[in-house]
Amino acid sequence: MSGLNFRRLGAVARKEFIHVLRDPRALGIAIVLPMIMLMIFGYALTMDLDRVPLAVWDQSRTPQSRELVARFEGSRYFSVVARPGSYGEVEGDLARGRTMMAVVLPVEFGRRVASGRKVQVQVLTDGSDANTTTLAISYAEAIVRNYSQEILVEKTQRVTGRLPALPLDLRFRAWFNTDMESRIFIVPGLIAVIMMLIAALLTSLTVAREWETGTMEQLISTPLRGSELILGKLAPYFAIGMVDMLLSVLAGRFLFDVPIRGSLLLLFAVSAIYLVGALSLGILISAKAKTQLLASQFAFVATFLPAFLLSGFMFDIGNMPKALQAVTYLIPARYFVAFLRGLYLKGTGLTELWPECLLMVAFGALMLLAAIRSFKKRLA
Amino acid sequence: METVRTQALTRRFGELVALDQLTLAVEEGEIFGLVGPDGAGKTTTMRLLTGILEPSSGEAWVDGLHAVRDAEAIKDRIGYMAQRFGLYPDLTVQENIDFYADLYEVPKAGRSERLERLLAFSNLTPFRRRLAGNLSGGMKQKLGLACALIHTPRVLFLDEPTNGVDPVSRRDFWRILYQLQQERVTIFVSTAYLDEAERCNRIGLLHQGRLMACDTVDGVKGLLKGSLLEVRCESPRRAAVLLRAGKLGSVALFGDRIHVLAEDADRGRAGVEAVLRAEGLACHGVEVIEPTLEDIFTSALPSGAA
Repeated sequence: MSGLNFRRLGAVARKEFIHVLRDPRALGIAIVLPMIMLMIFGYALTMDLDRVPLAVWDQSRTPQSRELVARFEGSRYFSVVARPGSYGEVEGDLARGRTMMAVVLPVEFGRRVASGRKVQVQVLTDGSDANTTTLAISYAEAIVRNYSQEILVEKTQRVTGRLPALPLDLRFRAWFNTDMESRIFIVPGLIAVIMMLIAALLTSLTVAREWETGTMEQLISTPLRGSELILGKLAPYFAIGMVDMLLSVLAGRFLFDVPIRGSLLLLFAVSAIYLVGALSLGILISAKAKTQLLASQFAFVATFLPAFLLSGFMFDIGNMPKALQAVTYLIPARYFVAFLRGLYLKGTGLTELWPECLLMVAFGALMLLAAIRSFKKRLA
Repeated sequence: METVRTQALTRRFGELVALDQLTLAVEEGEIFGLVGPDGAGKTTTMRLLTGILEPSSGEAWVDGLHAVRDAEAIKDRIGYMAQRFGLYPDLTVQENIDFYADLYEVPKAGRSERLERLLAFSNLTPFRRRLAGNLSGGMKQKLGLACALIHTPRVLFLDEPTNGVDPVSRRDFWRILYQLQQERVTIFVSTAYLDEAERCNRIGLLHQGRLMACDTVDGVKGLLKGSLLEVRCESPRRAAVLLRAGKLGSVALFGDRIHVLAEDADRGRAGVEAVLRAEGLACHGVEVIEPTLEDIFTSALPSGAA
């Protein structure tokens, strides 16, 4: 980095700004693409289970059975969409995906409940999606258990003449994300994934384009240095990246209603560091690939997939196999996801998040250095 | 003083020897032409001399600086115009020149005068706000030249600068080069056009990576041993085939004329006339002519040249 000449750096930055500003399509992509991704993932990627399509086959048709069915109907987690009259119909609905679960109440349901005897409630599920099924079963279990408990309480009261007290009373409260909405959990992580992808994509073309069009040969015949070229090229994309960051944070706050508990200043400061790392990674890829197509494809695969799958954004790192867990330490998005979630949901700052921040600084510095060193003033 | 000097400069790409033991010297203020067909090693030579490609062996000096050890220092003193148009099509003429002026740290004082002079010099003044991508081929080359000249280089390297440029623009381009020569700028230009090579003070004939000859244009022509005969006759195509079979010397067809390089003018003339008469082809004339560079390439170089 010795002898950094700001006039040459400025010249490169100015030229890059002109490239961006004269190419409205590229500028549009740089601004619109992250917003589209935020919309798509923000709305589609809900991990909350709502209104599971349910089939109910009430063979009993008694006040007791209707009471249980009413509880399913009243739950926000279920939506009764079919009333089959045979196992054939139950199976057909599950197979076609019209329903995800079926509750079958036997003919003797009402009679046995009334007489205080044990009765079976059959629940059939489409087990294809194991996660969703497990969640749906636990909701169904809770409804049935509640009803069963109430029957027991009523019976005891009838026999003893007083209301029995249950020995344990579970009181539950979520400390952060108080409403337990997955949106609030997803959006901060999503910002980390999007920023990684957009930043690397933005810069992945810049160096490769100069090689492809032949301008690089002209550039390397001048006194221009690697540090001047790379820092100059980073400048406009850094500006665009920060605008993207600002738009993402605004969309998160006002569109998805995700509150920010931590410091905004810290949020943007750390984002800037992460952005430098991601932009430099894009430049590094671009310098190595030397063609725009290869560079953009590689940038997509090298940033999006790890950031999406291995950062803890989609899948909990703690549940991954040990070997894969080790790999996640190499994914910078992992630290940014953790940082953003901490800052957004818990309002934590540097006191708690300094290791993540430190690692992101290391990532940024390493990538920037690698990008600068990747620039060789020689052909072949 | 020698501005460019090479000593057994060699560059290999794997098995291919792109440049083989090039040794030459170019004097200050000279227009030196590196002449040869495509693939002769012209671009490789340019890249080695401008410090953007490392030689496999051998050495080179530009303006007294070593091409490998002082590559970065060389870059301040030279102007280079690559074969491919290396400017930004989405920047205007003036923005391109300004960009290079900043890269070379051209002092702000006197810069706008220099810019105006360059624009006027290259007839680009009316187009200064036009995007470089919208310029014609000839104007693009002149813009490339203006960018390479903004820092007043000591040596100018031009790699096939007029390739694909119309004849009028080519003449303009050369007029600019002659003006530069008045300012003692050394110009090292490569070309595959032989008429263009004739405009240089001295030329080096490059063929398959080897320097075949290096001298003034007349000196190179003098290397042609024997006399060059120009034959005008009936059915020149067939006649050329017959003359070649007649083993009179090297034979080349130039449109409707045949050039025969004979060891001796009179014996050659007699031989040509005998061959044509034997086949019943009318001979319109056989004259001794001054060789052109094209004759050098077609006759003097080993088979496969030009």
